[in-house]
Amino acid sequence: MQKEAAIREPLILGDKSYSQITEDVMAPIVGSPTMWWKVLITISGIIAAWGVGNILYLLGVGIGTWGLNKTVGWAWDITNFVWWVGIGHAGTLISAVLLLFRQKWRMAINRSAEAMTIFAVMMAALFPGIHMGRIWQAYWVFPLPNQFGSLWVNFNSPLLWDVFAISTYFSVSLVFWYIGLIPDFATIRDKVSGGWRKKLYTALSFGWSGRAKHWTRFEEVSLVLAGIATPLVFSVHSIVSMDFATAIIPGWHTTIFPPYFVSGAVFSGFAMVLTLLLIMRKAMGLEAYIHTKHVEYMNIVIIVTGSIVGVAYITELFISWYSGVEYESYAFINRATGPYWWSYAIMMTCNVISPQLFWFKKLRTSLMFTFIMSLIINLGMWYERYVIIVTSLHRDYLPSSWSEFHSTFVDLGIFVGTLGIFMTLFLLFARFFPVLALNELKTILKSSGENFKKADH
Amino acid sequence: MARKVFHAMYDDDDKLKEAAQLIVDKGIRVKEVFSPFPIHGIDPIIGVKRTRLAICAFMYALTGTSLALLGMWYFMISDWPMNIGGKPNQSLINNITSFLPVTFEFSVLCGAHGMSITYLLRNGTVPGMIADNPHPRSTNDRFIMEVTTDENSSMSADDISQLLSSTNPEELSEKEY
Repeated sequence: MQKEAAIREPLILGDKSYSQITEDVMAPIVGSPTMWWKVLITISGIIAAWGVGNILYLLGVGIGTWGLNKTVGWAWDITNFVWWVGIGHAGTLISAVLLLFRQKWRMAINRSAEAMTIFAVMMAALFPGIHMGRIWQAYWVFPLPNQFGSLWVNFNSPLLWDVFAISTYFSVSLVFWYIGLIPDFATIRDKVSGGWRKKLYTALSFGWSGRAKHWTRFEEVSLVLAGIATPLVFSVHSIVSMDFATAIIPGWHTTIFPPYFVSGAVFSGFAMVLTLLLIMRKAMGLEAYIHTKHVEYMNIVIIVTGSIVGVAYITELFISWYSGVEYESYAFINRATGPYWWSYAIMMTCNVISPQLFWFKKLRTSLMFTFIMSLIINLGMWYERYVIIVTSLHRDYLPSSWSEFHSTFVDLGIFVGTLGIFMTLFLLFARFFPVLALNELKTILKSSGENFKKADH
Repeated sequence: MARKVFHAMYDDDDKLKEAAQLIVDKGIRVKEVFSPFPIHGIDPIIGVKRTRLAICAFMYALTGTSLALLGMWYFMISDWPMNIGGKPNQSLINNITSFLPVTFEFSVLCGAHGMSITYLLRNGTVPGMIADNPHPRSTNDRFIMEVTTDENSSMSADDISQLLSSTNPEELSEKEY
């Protein structure tokens, strides 16, 4: 058995046993839904329905219902796409990178973070889909034989790389998540007594019996999937950044983009994980499993990635001056002082200054402060993409084409709608799926459980 | 002689591991261990070999790499070469840099899915399968060791039963099959 230093804080609080962990995780699944859950799902359901309505309106009438114009041809759509993909990255980072580094604290949060990844990538994939205008021809992004030649898709284009990156990322994350869920579904299957639940979890658990050989294979598959999901997650946001970096628009054409986008993605993703988990641990009574120590670890990741993002912003500014290229300098001066100065100010305040407050231990261990900060970072990271996209486009090469972007209710409705759809999916997950990787948690009970640590020392 | 299967149930993973070591040392073969989570260190005791799934994943990924390169060579160079921005698609080697992202993604796609499908098939955990763990608590908080007379023909059923009892299981059941 693995031993852990006595001074290291326990990860599982209270007097827990193997069966107690199962009971705690199963409580929301077998119990009737709480008032809070009903209220939240009603609100998010209404918002989701509003979003779906807006999407249908957009598909029926056309992209003209967005506030785009000839100069600013990309705005909220791609901003939302990059924002949602970025949020997804934290889930993979937690489940894959932290697995490779053998971080035990990931076990309490990986399941819900992976669910968040899957739902976030679904929301992200929606945007390029509806931006096509004719969504029924979305399959044209794949290299399928056709009656035009065949005319193939362009494999030199980062937009096509994105198709492959996002679809690979989504399907691999889904498989990684489900493989981890199978043994936990089996636990629920054997614990519930009859009824539709028994049938549902029997079907979902694929006949898992927990044999030694199966567990060996399970661990190997988890490790190898983590090993290949790690470069995958880095490649996905690098490719997303190349949608901009390979263009010749001043403000986009910079080699710093891939690493800067990846750390920005992890930064915003962790903020979203914190937003969701801080609500969930309270609403579902998981305080013994997700506590201050977990939040502090996540806040440390936020300081690191937030600082990388801050350095990247400043490097961009410096290089735009140092390059001596007039257009490049103008793009950045205009960002900070032009008509969109306010969005630049929001971005700088939320992403560069505010995460530095986490250097104070008192603040990074305060759950309320962390929750507020997580919302601020989510807002700041949305504005980062807005600043990069809209401020770079609105000053065209010809001053006669200079323009500004004004969002419409459809822009807003679809973005807010995706938040509603995302929350609805997450709440359904929280109600019917084991929100903690309960069987993985049992493996660290003896080394990191409070009761076992006390008995040992 | 009646063919018998014994199930010894323990309430702790370390107890099961010690018990398994004890009876393996006495020359008994353990057929199977059922547990709610992986018991580290049980594999060498009961003779479970290392899985070759990682090798499969590597081969699936290599297949993905080859398919991606072959596909892009056909689409972009052989079937319909395009000249984009003064950069013609002439040969695979000249254009390989812009094909790398898709090659990588497709290799990961094939490696991950190939390995996951192989894993599910080898385990026999596919949709519609029925579980056969001997006790429902073995997926919750109990650890079960399965020993059969078939695999231990040199010993009588009574000897096996006695040896298993000496490891102090919480419950020992015996069934004919």
